[in-house]
Amino acid sequence: MAATRAARPVRFGPPRRQVGERFRGRLFRVYIPVAVFTFITLFPFYWMAITSIKSNSELLDHTKNPLFVLQPNLQNYADLFTKTNFIRWTINSAVVALASTSVSLVCSILAGYSLARLRYRGANAIGWGVFVTYLVPPTLLFLPMAFVIAQLHLFNNYLSLILTYPTFLIPFCTWLLMGYFRGIPRELEEAALVDGASRVQAMLRVVIPLALPGILSAGMFAFTLSWGEFLYALVFMNDTVVKTVPVGVVNELIKGDEFFWGELMAAALLGSVPVAILYSFFVDYFVAGMTAGAVKG
Amino acid sequence: MATTTRRAALGRLAGPRVRLFQREARLGYLLLAPALLLLLVFVAYPFLFGIWLSVTNSQIGVNGHFIGLGNFDFERGDTVFIQSFVNTISYTAITTVFKLFLGMVMALLLNQVFPAQRFFRAALLLPWIIPSVLSTLAWRWMFDPTFSVVNWVVIHGHLSATGVDWLGKTTTALTSLMIVNVWRGTPFYGIAFLAGLQTIPQDLYEAARVDGASRWQQFRSITVPMLRPVLLVVLLLSTILTFGDFTLPYVLTNGAPFNSTHVLSTWAFAIGVGGGYISIGAAISLVLFPLLSAIVFGVMVVLRRPE
Repeated sequence: MAATRAARPVRFGPPRRQVGERFRGRLFRVYIPVAVFTFITLFPFYWMAITSIKSNSELLDHTKNPLFVLQPNLQNYADLFTKTNFIRWTINSAVVALASTSVSLVCSILAGYSLARLRYRGANAIGWGVFVTYLVPPTLLFLPMAFVIAQLHLFNNYLSLILTYPTFLIPFCTWLLMGYFRGIPRELEEAALVDGASRVQAMLRVVIPLALPGILSAGMFAFTLSWGEFLYALVFMNDTVVKTVPVGVVNELIKGDEFFWGELMAAALLGSVPVAILYSFFVDYFVAGMTAGAVKG
Repeated sequence: MATTTRRAALGRLAGPRVRLFQREARLGYLLLAPALLLLLVFVAYPFLFGIWLSVTNSQIGVNGHFIGLGNFDFERGDTVFIQSFVNTISYTAITTVFKLFLGMVMALLLNQVFPAQRFFRAALLLPWIIPSVLSTLAWRWMFDPTFSVVNWVVIHGHLSATGVDWLGKTTTALTSLMIVNVWRGTPFYGIAFLAGLQTIPQDLYEAARVDGASRWQQFRSITVPMLRPVLLVVLLLSTILTFGDFTLPYVLTNGAPFNSTHVLSTWAFAIGVGGGYISIGAAISLVLFPLLSAIVFGVMVVLRRPE
């Protein structure tokens, strides 16, 4: 972006009126639309936050303006931590998301490198085969998968999620990383081979470090999806102590027709924090990784 | 003479090269093994097992026996199944159109230079990265029959005297599902398109401007063709994800009111897990497969077409 900006011819002292017109043009073309998009995007999060710090009596009071809070308090958060297993669910989510992300990344780096860089019979067909697994999403598989998990005696076991999440993470990560690996000049790797490195050493020391932004991007993608996954966790995890955040919140903060909105919104906000922090630091990598995969892949 | 020496030289080269290829093959398969093993055990096997389930009369805890296509016959007479089939298709088709359009607008906006760009880019991505269970719960609360904040604004803004019963009426409930889906899905399109826009060389636009092309002409003949690969990928991923979406419909309405907003995934869950008829549930979710394949094939054909 900076480059294109600098490349534009510099205009010296346009008449004042013209500046005003340009600003008005940008106001309607850029600033107002951006403001509208941002408002609609962020309002639900504001609503989560404002609800979570209201007392129950204020929450259910029709006469007051619901958009603001009069007596903010942290009672909902306190209840969440002391009266529910929310902390336990958070730990479960973290364990499952980190483990399945690591498994997926290792598998995808190896497979992506193999498919992008090594020449052997069937590589193309297998590459397509990996992509085709996208046609069988969890919604199609969850019932027979429940049988498989039962056969393996993995119900209420972290492994049931750690082993099944990679099925929808590996295809995307592999494909994204293939694009990245293809973008690294072969000469670099060949130079390492000439210097006496083995193929595996060349991969570990040359290709993977250069593909680090892509790996980071794939890792964020995988972590986000496994942190928010719902269906498999809903079916496989029934004990309250092994539930992940999404399942625990839906199963135990909604009792029949009764919704504990204050606690629900507090949990929703807290459950969103880890991924929001992740993205606030690495959003540029994520965007760059998506481009590399999409354009070269 | 010259050719023979060349051939001899090539022959000498061919020896080590072939060996190198064989070594590459062994390493290639070895590196693929972990990913393939996982996919075979946890995708291919359950998929085939699901096909088997769908032609049996299994229930939870009871291994059934072969009954042919009876479950699919049952589907034909099941009005909720037909409703959820139609819902799945309109849910995917309508939201995809909106997400495509709004995502493009978002990307074009974010590609402009304005203050605090990084903040807006990160903020606009939020709906897509937040676990959909949690954000959908917030929407459910916003659409609450008695405490809906949307209705509060509508009524106090004098737009309507009563507000809308968002999730309680057959027509508005499906629309509400679509609104939340568009809210959640647009950022993915926007960010992917933005990433694609930033790879388009600026001199193409400068050349077009010199030739007197209007903004719209530039968009039609430079931006859209250059975005084609990104468009292909985004459309594929998004249609597949929307088609198989379970979380959002389950959390927002779970079929209510009167089973009118079920999609195939939530109906399969209701029958298979809620009702215990696993084989019928498997038969319902299997219907997704030919539909998905057709969609993916269609998108590929349309977007792979050379200019």
